[in-house]
Amino acid sequence: MTKKTKWFANGYLTLVFVLLYVPIFYLIMYSFSTGKTMSHYQGFTWAHYVALFQDARMIQIALDTLLLALLSALIATAIGSLGALGIYATKKRQTRNALLSLNNILMVSPDVIIGASFLIFFTFLGIGLGFGSVLMSHIAFEIPIVVLMVLPRLQEMSTTMIDAAEDLGASSWQVLSRVILPAIIPGILAGYFMAFTYSLDDFAVTFFVTGNGFETLSIEIYARARQGIDLEVNALSGILFVFALLLVVGYYLLTQYTAKRQKAGVKRP
Amino acid sequence: MKKLVAAITTILVFCGLLAFTSDRLAKSQVKSQSNTLTLYNWGDYIDPALLKKFQKETGYHVSVETFDSNEAMYTKIKQGGTSYDLAVPSDYMIQKMKAAHLLVPLDKSKLHGMNNISPQFRNLEFDRHNQYSVPYFWGTLGIIYNDKTVKASQVQHWKQLWNPRFKDSIMLVDSARDVMGFALIRDGDSVNTKNIKQLNAAKKRLDSLTPNVKAIVADEIKMYMIENEAPIAVDWSGEASEMLSQNSHLHYVVPSEGSNLWFDNLVIPKTAKHYKAIYAFLNFMLKPENAAQNAEYVGYATPNEQAKALLPASVRNDKQFYPDAETMKHLQIYNNLSPELIGTYNELYLEFKMYRN
Amino acid sequence: MKRKQVLFEMPYFFWLAFFVIAPILLIAYQSFFNIRGQFTLGNYATYFTSATYLRMTLNSVWYAFLITLFTLLISYPTAYFLHYTKHKQLWLLLIILPTWINLLLKAYAFIGIFSQDGSVNQFLTFIGIGPQQILFTDASFLFVATYIQIPFMILPIFNAIEDLQPSYINASRDLGANNWQTFTRIIFPMTMSGVKAGVQAVFIPSLSLFMLTRLIGGNRVITLGTAIEEHFLVTMNWGMGSTIGVVLIIAMFIIMSLTGEHKKKGRKHND
Repeated sequence: MTKKTKWFANGYLTLVFVLLYVPIFYLIMYSFSTGKTMSHYQGFTWAHYVALFQDARMIQIALDTLLLALLSALIATAIGSLGALGIYATKKRQTRNALLSLNNILMVSPDVIIGASFLIFFTFLGIGLGFGSVLMSHIAFEIPIVVLMVLPRLQEMSTTMIDAAEDLGASSWQVLSRVILPAIIPGILAGYFMAFTYSLDDFAVTFFVTGNGFETLSIEIYARARQGIDLEVNALSGILFVFALLLVVGYYLLTQYTAKRQKAGVKRP
Repeated sequence: MKKLVAAITTILVFCGLLAFTSDRLAKSQVKSQSNTLTLYNWGDYIDPALLKKFQKETGYHVSVETFDSNEAMYTKIKQGGTSYDLAVPSDYMIQKMKAAHLLVPLDKSKLHGMNNISPQFRNLEFDRHNQYSVPYFWGTLGIIYNDKTVKASQVQHWKQLWNPRFKDSIMLVDSARDVMGFALIRDGDSVNTKNIKQLNAAKKRLDSLTPNVKAIVADEIKMYMIENEAPIAVDWSGEASEMLSQNSHLHYVVPSEGSNLWFDNLVIPKTAKHYKAIYAFLNFMLKPENAAQNAEYVGYATPNEQAKALLPASVRNDKQFYPDAETMKHLQIYNNLSPELIGTYNELYLEFKMYRN
Repeated sequence: MKRKQVLFEMPYFFWLAFFVIAPILLIAYQSFFNIRGQFTLGNYATYFTSATYLRMTLNSVWYAFLITLFTLLISYPTAYFLHYTKHKQLWLLLIILPTWINLLLKAYAFIGIFSQDGSVNQFLTFIGIGPQQILFTDASFLFVATYIQIPFMILPIFNAIEDLQPSYINASRDLGANNWQTFTRIIFPMTMSGVKAGVQAVFIPSLSLFMLTRLIGGNRVITLGTAIEEHFLVTMNWGMGSTIGVVLIIAMFIIMSLTGEHKKKGRKHND
């Protein structure tokens, strides 16, 4: 890139990042406000954080939410990636398109409908409502996004590699783990992150299928809206956000470090 | 491949850690599973300190689960699969739940302190002889105005909302029964009318209110009014008390020609299991000092007469939230209407919302 | 090879059967019942003859189109420029991070920012323009909806750009194409798969937005999501709600077949 376009690119990216982070910083800023709502900043206080740490119920809800998101995204990514392989391997174009359409149904259906029909489904099968039912539902609505993330990767993958591997007598497991997986790993990672995101974002589906004392952050926040959302929730979001930020940056630095070491290793004869 | 396995292992280990901590936290709150009472409540609608006090006094732990609308709660209880011991539906919803056989009648012999409830809030049409419900909080529908730009005399009656000077300045609460309701009251009709002509007339009236309507919103109304986004709003008293406490320019009026009177009530849904704990809790909440403490925390009007007497005079004598007898006489409670009629109310309301587009 | 593969895919097809096909059948079944539980075609008749619903449908499609368009216009350059940054994976993660904060909370933050006394209006007053009505306008609704959707669009496009072989771009340059030509003839067509995935991930959910239409749009924007929400949670007329759901699903099938893969020349696996 030329210098001029580089300037433009950096300026543009800065703008997008500012846009994306303004509301986040805004609500974190208000977690330190002595007021009761997110308007008219009224001076610094730790009170909302103190209240949060005394609120065992809230902390437990936050932990449960994280657990649910991490676990459901993991399982959804596994199922979804294998599903994408299945769709990819389908030879007939029409069948493939039909499968894709089916795949996307849960993405188009409004949450309320999905939630209500899952609820009917679970009670019909006699599955008790609680962590299990919520986990299954989250996995269910996360799978399509994983497929959508992984499939383009598969389609871009050059087939000659697979053919070559098969010609050289590789087993299907070897083809999968040595050739296909490395090529689609970025798609899988993207799928995992999106699935995780969907899980954190969901309210309506979780509401319908939860029970037996299990609650997520969204449920609690929506239910609190009737009384006005407490800035304690801002404090919690602030902590989780900073934690996620540190995790992401830390993870990145770690991979950078190991990548460098590996490179150094390769150089040795 | 190795990296992938490592990543999966890390996530699983992390999950295990979260599960462990969460479990420990849960155990620190509950002594044992058998003496737990599950309360299905609106969010932040009970003083947590009271729950601790209750546990200390009786040994029962209260686990609170939350919902955000009567209808959503109804669906959950109707479908089963849950084990709620107590729920807090509003008046018309009690009728609906009763009709669907979702409620367990109260055993009056185990219930102490019903007499603390003011007689005017007992034996109401939605639940004769309080067979199923114990009143929890009550309130009204009214007009909130900001004295910076609106004079009190300008918003004493529903029909004053149609004043052309209020162009683009009213916020309505997003609820078909309430919006149709005040339009009906304006014309002197019942909020439970089954007369299609009256309903259509009310909808026409609302259409003509459109230029004055700035937005139709829900819980967020509080935030908007506190931030002076609009000078006038139509909302429930509970919401209003929250707004007033945070913006001294706001005031609440219940139009004297009539309005809605609503109740939230404790009931025992058919999913209940722990009856001993349930009655212990009901009796606990009926005690004046506890009801008063709860009213101070939540900020809604308590139906418990003895509890009201314990509240500070400034709260007790506040005409905005404890209206005088004359106004009380004109207030109307919503009945549970037939599904078709509710459909009609909502279709007309939806058309009114679309009318502005 | 075949038999083992089927084994791998079993969980996925299980999921399709139990969490997609079963609920869809349930929704379709429900759409034929009225509020009294009697069999009827009336819900469909109501939907296709009522001016209210038809206008709502048009509204939804129009707003979803605008949201998708704006999201794409902002996201494509972002993904493209990101590709050339030094720590691109890190930046990408940072793009997704804001979506982990609860939607309702972000909406409340926007209310604070856009309100009459909010930060934006304070700024406008400061530079002498004076406070403007920002909330409850189409512009603010589109802005916030676009904000919410941006990460969901950037990710697939970024992945597609990553896959692009630099040799194609170099070849194009060598053959004398300028930047614009390289972009329109090579880069954009070759990243279409990412754009399509992004459009699918944004357009379809945008059809049934309901929270933001109320919170930020003040119900001045009414979409099909609003109606579904009302039928499921207020009137409890699940039949009518399901009918709209069925219409949405059919709309999705149409969109999928429009943006789905057509017969492409070469570069496909051996079918």
